[in-house]
Amino acid sequence: MTAKQRNQLIRIITALILLIVLHFLDLDRLVMFPLYLIPYLIVGGDILKKAWKGIVNRQPLDENLLMAVATLGAMALAVFRTGDYTEAVAVMLFYQIGEFFQSYAVGRSRRNIGELMDVRPDYANVEGPDGVQRVDPDEVEIGSLILVQPGEKVPIDGVIEEGQSSLDTSALTGESVPRSAGPGDEVLSGCINTSGVLRIRTTCEFEESTASKILDLVENASSRKARSERFISRFARVYTPVVVFSALALAVIPPLIQLAVSGQAAWGDWVYRALTFLVISCPCALVISVPLSFFSGIGGASRQGILIKGANFLETLAGVSTVVMDKTGTLTKGVFAVTRVETADDSEKGMTGEELLAMAAAAEKHSSHPIAAALRNAAQNTDETYPVSDVEEIAGHGIRARVEEHIVCVGNRKLMAEQGALADGAGTDSPAGIKGGPAASEKATAAGAETVVHVAVDGRYAGSIHIADQLKDTSAEAVEEMRKSGIRRLVMLTGDGRASAEAVAAQLGIDQVYAELLPGDKVARVEELMGAGSQGNEGAGSQGNEGAGNQGNEDAGGAVRNGLAFVGDGINDAPVLSRADVGIAMGALGSDAAIEAADVVLMDDDPRKIAVSVRIARKCMRIVKENIWFAIGIKVLCLVLCALGLVGMWAAIFADVGVMVLAVLNAMRALSRR
Amino acid sequence: MKKTYKIDVDCANCANKMEVAANKTEGVKEAVVNFMTLKMKVEFDEDANPEEVMEQVRKNCKKVESDCEVFL
Repeated sequence: MTAKQRNQLIRIITALILLIVLHFLDLDRLVMFPLYLIPYLIVGGDILKKAWKGIVNRQPLDENLLMAVATLGAMALAVFRTGDYTEAVAVMLFYQIGEFFQSYAVGRSRRNIGELMDVRPDYANVEGPDGVQRVDPDEVEIGSLILVQPGEKVPIDGVIEEGQSSLDTSALTGESVPRSAGPGDEVLSGCINTSGVLRIRTTCEFEESTASKILDLVENASSRKARSERFISRFARVYTPVVVFSALALAVIPPLIQLAVSGQAAWGDWVYRALTFLVISCPCALVISVPLSFFSGIGGASRQGILIKGANFLETLAGVSTVVMDKTGTLTKGVFAVTRVETADDSEKGMTGEELLAMAAAAEKHSSHPIAAALRNAAQNTDETYPVSDVEEIAGHGIRARVEEHIVCVGNRKLMAEQGALADGAGTDSPAGIKGGPAASEKATAAGAETVVHVAVDGRYAGSIHIADQLKDTSAEAVEEMRKSGIRRLVMLTGDGRASAEAVAAQLGIDQVYAELLPGDKVARVEELMGAGSQGNEGAGSQGNEGAGNQGNEDAGGAVRNGLAFVGDGINDAPVLSRADVGIAMGALGSDAAIEAADVVLMDDDPRKIAVSVRIARKCMRIVKENIWFAIGIKVLCLVLCALGLVGMWAAIFADVGVMVLAVLNAMRALSRR
Repeated sequence: MKKTYKIDVDCANCANKMEVAANKTEGVKEAVVNFMTLKMKVEFDEDANPEEVMEQVRKNCKKVESDCEVFL
């Protein structure tokens, strides 16, 4: 509780006690007035002051003025007619209690969410010439040696120089199983060292560290406002003046009509109703509950290792009905291993499998593609090494290089066709057709999730190398969970061969596959799918996709329906990530490019998190809608009842304060796991 | 140029009003107030002097909501 809150609470209690005491005093109406003025001023003095300032600054239509007018009006009614001073004081009192609750609840939730995302390290132990010193992480330079004791947070990214330990990465990834780390391993800031002492050589500054970046991202996330949030602020701007003028009308028009009809008017009644109107008119419940819901949704997601970069993305994510996934690194581990080598020519004069492998590996020496890494790994076991030059990468096809005196091409079928190596391979003496060139060879592997890399030497087909990428253990479950979460269409995109892609899709139960795509094709496919999605479901009413970004079909709550999410590992699909309605980057811990390009970042590489994030988003949006309709509904109901004279100021106070407290509590549900 | 400032304000609607006021201030290209994190993110016009602009932003915010603070 802050000093301000404590002060407020003391004033509330004092006024409450005075009010009770005065209730039992039985004096003349005019004598009671100054007595009731004491608790009124104690509890509402600041409101009156603020209301006055509002008028002076020509910003009159705020809640302070509304409260001031309503309560002063009630006071006036009491002095001249009823003698019921309690109401004016009680209304002010309840208003303040509501304000107190609000400020307390918001403060609480702010702190709760803050704690959740508590990856910020407070200090770093730097080892210098004169021993270990505890300093601010900001002051640690790159290449410093820092000491992390068991139980402490790793303050800055770095590499372990000495020490063995297991690291708790749950604050970063939501993964509860600790990861063991030893000398030479990279460690990320924000992890908690659970067992041994670690000496870490820092590799970046604090600001560039993982923990800082994540914090920055999450804190900025709620600044990107969702459509429903903008709707609410616009609504609030219109709502208040409308209600105030209605109140004015209510105070004047009905009694004038009465006067005209029967020559007599119940001014007091109508003024009282108008004042009640004013109390209901404060839009705070609405205005607080929506951003708070988003904030807790984003906070709850980040606890599970899902970073959502803005409330707008949470909104779009909730409306996703199509998920397009990149195969490699998303559904599969993205770690390839050579399973088989087939040479086109078995005879003495032909190449051996080892030679083939070594040549291919040499050609791929400088490539960062995972297949290249697999080839190099496999080739380590062979004795052959070749000098390599003139390496030329042909995007989406493969690689061409001069190895020794030969031109070696390594890549897919398209590359072989381009090199004219298709026909050459077919003429060999293979009865089974397995060695009959790329086409036949690929067919033979259609059953397994294999990728075939073809090799041509000097324009002749030399053989194929079979590489398998294993499915992630959780992929099948992830697909099932996405279905359960209401994803209607699952699409897989890959640059790999059709056969292997279809095998994977069939195994997982994916609806649509696009294989053999160049990086540029992926954007085109995603655009195609986005177009199809909105037309198919909205018909003529579709206004979606009229420009870049997150346009789509909106419903009343402002959510985009039938959106498309693209999931990739962020390595070479940045353009697709930014083109899709929502780009989800996976396994992004430590990969800046992916964090930059994506809208949603999954810190670990578990595909089940896709469904989890959709579910969190849906729940959050449901809460947002509940809050919007609940708050507006109750207010409108109270306004109507009040205009009819069925409810008094007490109900008005509930409409204002009660709704707000309930909305805040409801918003906090977005924070919980399920 | 973008800068982030800490703010203090009690209610969400007041934060909204601050946002509107900040956006109306000369030299401010766009201002976003985040009530949950109590931060104001201001993007300045090219040739604006952030310090002078922020003084004005603070004044304008005080006008619409006397009980607020922008920490410069």
